[in-house]
Amino acid sequence: MALVRTVLNLRKTLLSSETLRRLVSVSTPALDKKEIRVTFLKANGERIESKGKVGDSLLDVVVNNNIDLDGFGACEGTLTCSTCHLIFKKEDFDRLPEKPTDEELDMLDLAYDLTETSRLGCQIILSEDLDGLEIKVPATINDARDS
Amino acid sequence: MIYNFQILRYFSNIGKKTPKICIVGAGAAGFYCAQHFVKRIKDIQVSIFEKLPVPFGLVRFGVAPDHPEVKNVISKFFLTAEHPNVEFKGNISIGKDVSISDLTEAYDYVLLAYGANFNRKLDIPGENLPNVIPARRIVGWYNGLPEEAGLKIDFSSEKVAIIGQGNVAIDVARILLKPVDDLKETDITQHALESLMSSKIKEVHLIGRRGPLQAAFTIKELREMLKLKGCGTYWNENDFVGVESVLPSLERPRKRLTDLMLQSIKVQREQYSEKKFFPVFYKSPLEINVLNNSIRKTITLGINRLEKTDKGDTTISLTNTREMLQSDLIVTSIGYKAVTIDSSLPFDNKKGTVINQNGKIDNRLYAAGWVATGPTGVILSTMTNAFNTAEVICKEIEKNKTVWDKPGYESIRNKLNKANIQVVTWADWLKIDDYEKKAGQRCRKPREKIIDYEKMLEVAANK
Ligand SMILES: Cc1cc2nc3c(=O)[nH]c(=O)nc-3n(C[C@H](O)[C@H](O)[C@H](O)COP(=O)(O)OP(=O)(O)OC[C@H]3O[C@@H](n4cnc5c(N)ncnc54)[C@H](O)[C@@H]3O)c2cc1C
Ligand code: FES
Repeated sequence: MALVRTVLNLRKTLLSSETLRRLVSVSTPALDKKEIRVTFLKANGERIESKGKVGDSLLDVVVNNNIDLDGFGACEGTLTCSTCHLIFKKEDFDRLPEKPTDEELDMLDLAYDLTETSRLGCQIILSEDLDGLEIKVPATINDARDS
Repeated sequence: MIYNFQILRYFSNIGKKTPKICIVGAGAAGFYCAQHFVKRIKDIQVSIFEKLPVPFGLVRFGVAPDHPEVKNVISKFFLTAEHPNVEFKGNISIGKDVSISDLTEAYDYVLLAYGANFNRKLDIPGENLPNVIPARRIVGWYNGLPEEAGLKIDFSSEKVAIIGQGNVAIDVARILLKPVDDLKETDITQHALESLMSSKIKEVHLIGRRGPLQAAFTIKELREMLKLKGCGTYWNENDFVGVESVLPSLERPRKRLTDLMLQSIKVQREQYSEKKFFPVFYKSPLEINVLNNSIRKTITLGINRLEKTDKGDTTISLTNTREMLQSDLIVTSIGYKAVTIDSSLPFDNKKGTVINQNGKIDNRLYAAGWVATGPTGVILSTMTNAFNTAEVICKEIEKNKTVWDKPGYESIRNKLNKANIQVVTWADWLKIDDYEKKAGQRCRKPREKIIDYEKMLEVAANK
């Protein structure tokens, strides 16, 4: 709870124009927004099924559902940390509505285990046709205990 | 928030027969380790000792003021510090006020996370001349590090040379070239802001020993420079001979970085701007000379050549060609290093790290973050390293059959009391935090940092 609050406060004060653009959809009232199912696959084989709303970013999904991924989202969606690195299936990667910006690619270049279908979770906004998405969480940061 | 935290403390493990760990240094590594400990082990007590009265290490005193987003990592550190099994104890210098052996006696495990807070020296003649200043000191000065509050920098001439091309060097270049108006609403210290307002700097040369394919800055920092308002970036095209042809064979991060430089070269002739940024490659500073007792200086630069070693990697060798660069402010930015804080620690002075194997120094002594890895990488890498090292300790704890009856902080407190040392608790830091934020509001900044050590202690002691 406290985290969500701090996150929101910080977001209000520290928004870059890029995130602002992305966040606008998040902060619009949730009228009749459909729930989108998202499954996170951890490197240790654990499957975490969760739900988000159209307009949520994948970082919102992780935060709102209290999904336990160590260190995920450290910069709170401001495109300065790459701890929200996620790996998509090729077909999902190709149908993501927005292509990565140069700034997202710049941060991705610092991520561990970078793949051709990597994206930063804070930049992926859920849309209806993404229902059922399955995403891999790279091992290095989130499964320290399994190493 | 404070209220909650006190109630929780009532139910906490402090004083019970549980494993007791102390962490030396409240920077990113220290906080990420603490986070992992309390998450993994329910009954544990973690004390974090910090030399300064304020937490967060380089996240507060390193990360540039115009990158506030990077500092968002702090909100997680707040949660960790307010966890009932964690206690922050600031203003305690380990190695001075309390020794490592005091700690190993009081705690089951000791984890060093005290960073790498010294600058490497160039070791060339003239390095100690006036206005030749390590980047670390300039960063500390604009970020409010108490020991650098009084640093005097002369910004009265147009040309600056920065030796080194890492992200710290770029941070300094950007702060020096950025329109001051764009810094006004950051948490940059007021004294730095005022000096920069009267700065005459127009040109910054960023000097690297190796070539564009070995450039040490990351793409994000370069892109920011290329977009900097009122400042053009200019390259020496000769440095890029043959670079385009190897582009396809590079790995993605290096390829994108190199490509961005090549794109920038293509437009450099079309730009006109008052301020100029010159990244220069293949040059090693050999000596700095002062001209007739003035602030005027020249740097003698040796031209390097890239060579392939037998193993196939590249090294540089100095040619006989020399070049002179006139520059009145010279910033050295060739890296940080750690120094030992206690003569009992096994230390590699050359590397500037404590000697460790995946974080382990010996059975009950560990290290994480820059003191263990050396000063490279970003917060992400420090975090990964911290989680991994903390996990090694968690596994040890699970295996260990001891009765966990070490005294923990109790015995350290006795020692500190005797020495009359004012301990800054988390609640005290919240007072400093609040004070700084209020001071910031008056000038539309997120905070105005207290730069005076005594003042920090005074605010911390307020009722
Ligand atoms: C100028 C600069 C800018 C940077 N900018 C970025 C950035 O934009 N993004 C990014 O991702 N990374 C950045 N980094 C890297 C990042 O700061 C480091 O990865 C990270 O802070 C290292 O954490 P640490 O805990 O090992 O060290 P530190 O952050 O240095 O923490 C060490 C702590 O130990 C304390 N300490 C020292 N000696 C003692 C003692 N004897 N007793 C008790 N406590 C002690 C120190 O006061 C300090 O609080 C930057 C680094 C620098 C130098
Ligand atoms: S949360 Fe930091 S880059 Fe996505």
